[in-house]
Amino acid sequence: MLNVKNVTVRYGEHTIVDNLSFRLHEGQWLMLAGPNGAGKSTLIETISQGVPYTGTIELHGRDIRRYRPNQLARKIGVLAQKNSVGYAYTVEEVVGLGRYAHTPGFLSSRSDGGKDLVEKALELTGLEPLRHSSVLTLSGGELQRTFLAQVFAQDPEILILDEPANHLDLVYQKHIFSLIHEWLRQPGRAVLSVVHDLSLAKRYGTHAVLKNRGKCAAQGAIEDVLTPEHLSGVYDMDVYAWMREMLNQWK
Amino acid sequence: MKSLPERFSWRVYVLFAAALTAAMLLCICVGSVSIPLGNTLTALWHTLWKMEVPAGISKNIILNVRLPRVINVALIGASLSLCGAAMQGLLRNPLADGSTLGVSSGASLGAVISLAFGVSIPGVEYGGTILMAMGFAFLSLILILSLAYALDRSMSTNSIILIGVIFSMFTSSAMNLIITFAGDHAKTIAFWTMGSLSGTGFHHAAILSSALLICGGVILRYARELNAFAIGEDNARHIGVNVRQVKLIILIMVSVLIGVCVSIGGTISFVGLVMPHMTRMIVGPNHKRLLVSSMFSGAIFLLLADLAARTLLSPIELSIGVVTSLVGAIAFVVIFYRTRKAR
Repeated sequence: MLNVKNVTVRYGEHTIVDNLSFRLHEGQWLMLAGPNGAGKSTLIETISQGVPYTGTIELHGRDIRRYRPNQLARKIGVLAQKNSVGYAYTVEEVVGLGRYAHTPGFLSSRSDGGKDLVEKALELTGLEPLRHSSVLTLSGGELQRTFLAQVFAQDPEILILDEPANHLDLVYQKHIFSLIHEWLRQPGRAVLSVVHDLSLAKRYGTHAVLKNRGKCAAQGAIEDVLTPEHLSGVYDMDVYAWMREMLNQWK
Repeated sequence: MKSLPERFSWRVYVLFAAALTAAMLLCICVGSVSIPLGNTLTALWHTLWKMEVPAGISKNIILNVRLPRVINVALIGASLSLCGAAMQGLLRNPLADGSTLGVSSGASLGAVISLAFGVSIPGVEYGGTILMAMGFAFLSLILILSLAYALDRSMSTNSIILIGVIFSMFTSSAMNLIITFAGDHAKTIAFWTMGSLSGTGFHHAAILSSALLICGGVILRYARELNAFAIGEDNARHIGVNVRQVKLIILIMVSVLIGVCVSIGGTISFVGLVMPHMTRMIVGPNHKRLLVSSMFSGAIFLLLADLAARTLLSPIELSIGVVTSLVGAIAFVVIFYRTRKAR
């Protein structure tokens, strides 16, 4: 579905993403992992056409730069790492904007089933009771769920999520990741997500790209990438020992 | 907490329209010469149906002096407020208004040059000033957008605001320099820069209403996109808004509208800043409602400000900009204080 070929992103003299290539196929949940500053979020912004880059990104065999913004948004839904709203929009209004790409223009059409998708997105993310609440009154986790609901309402083929577990408590982490897992089971869908929690990556991911200082350190099936050798090399520490130590506290 | 939009209904538009009509009638009736409401309505009714206005009614004051002024004031108030609401949404900044971009400063510079050097169009009162102001507004827009593009190819909001602020400072210095050497014209220039709508006629109303119809219509067409921008520029891109194209169109429309307003009414501050704020408190932030409601509220506010400017120190007429700045600044501080306190 998505083919990233030799993509490089530079900010002045700094190379943030260095000649990166990978493919995302139908049914895959590709986890993008790596330490801070590895260029994971920049890569996501690059795919969503928010950052200038060299190289090629193809979506269904066609250069992504040739898609109009609304065409691209019908194929790819992006959940950013940081979300904030300056004005007192309601949860329903923010989620409803997810239908923009399907009904551009002053009058949003109600005939495309969009209203049902908005309702379903509100229900799935547990936001129904808050639908008329101002987003300014929401907690970080509720706001994160609001933007996730917006992406669901957008009904794309590929979900691109930058730290979807941000601000979520354990209950909602489990709920949201299970939800995405369910979403992925339908045909013609794929997920690319940035995660810092390697346990979540291992539990839900099918494939992974491990990044370090802009470069790809390893990629492939999740069990082949998230190995002690690869992780220790990228994080400069014994990751497995640290995770065992954390877990042993609960014994 | 339930938010404001849930309580919104079409009744709000009806109330706004009724308040606007009342304010317009009040402004026609009250002034150095008071005119009874009945006489005003009779004169307007008879003129509308092309009938002879009955004798004893001050037809000239109503139809040739106050009516065009009132229409112009309402149109400028609506335009400035609409531009403010659009800019506050587009730039996701509640402190933005039509002047943030620096285009109104550019228009003012054009007008000041024409007044200082006596640029005129034969047969058209203040024609030179209007033409120069509009021309400079357009040139300013091109310059600001070119500089913003050269600085940052993505034309980020911060770059545009930064260039706008710097450009405004530059034009302000240039205007002061011109005023220093303007000699006898200095007083006219000073009064014009504070804003005044005395002596404006129906031909000005025709220009203003055409600009509002075209530019305002385009801005209203982009209400959904403005909602997306108000939530966040990145989010707007993610949901499929053509960010650069929409931003460019809105900025051009705002600039043209501001340029026309400044060229006819001078610099009238705070309307575009305060009125969208107050309107947002009534109808919520959704631009589908906010833009139209802001036009109503801006028109009403400027009508009352113009009435105060004409009558407070009568027979001396204050400039309208003095009143809007005084009232607007106080209102803004009160709103800001209350908003902060409520958090």
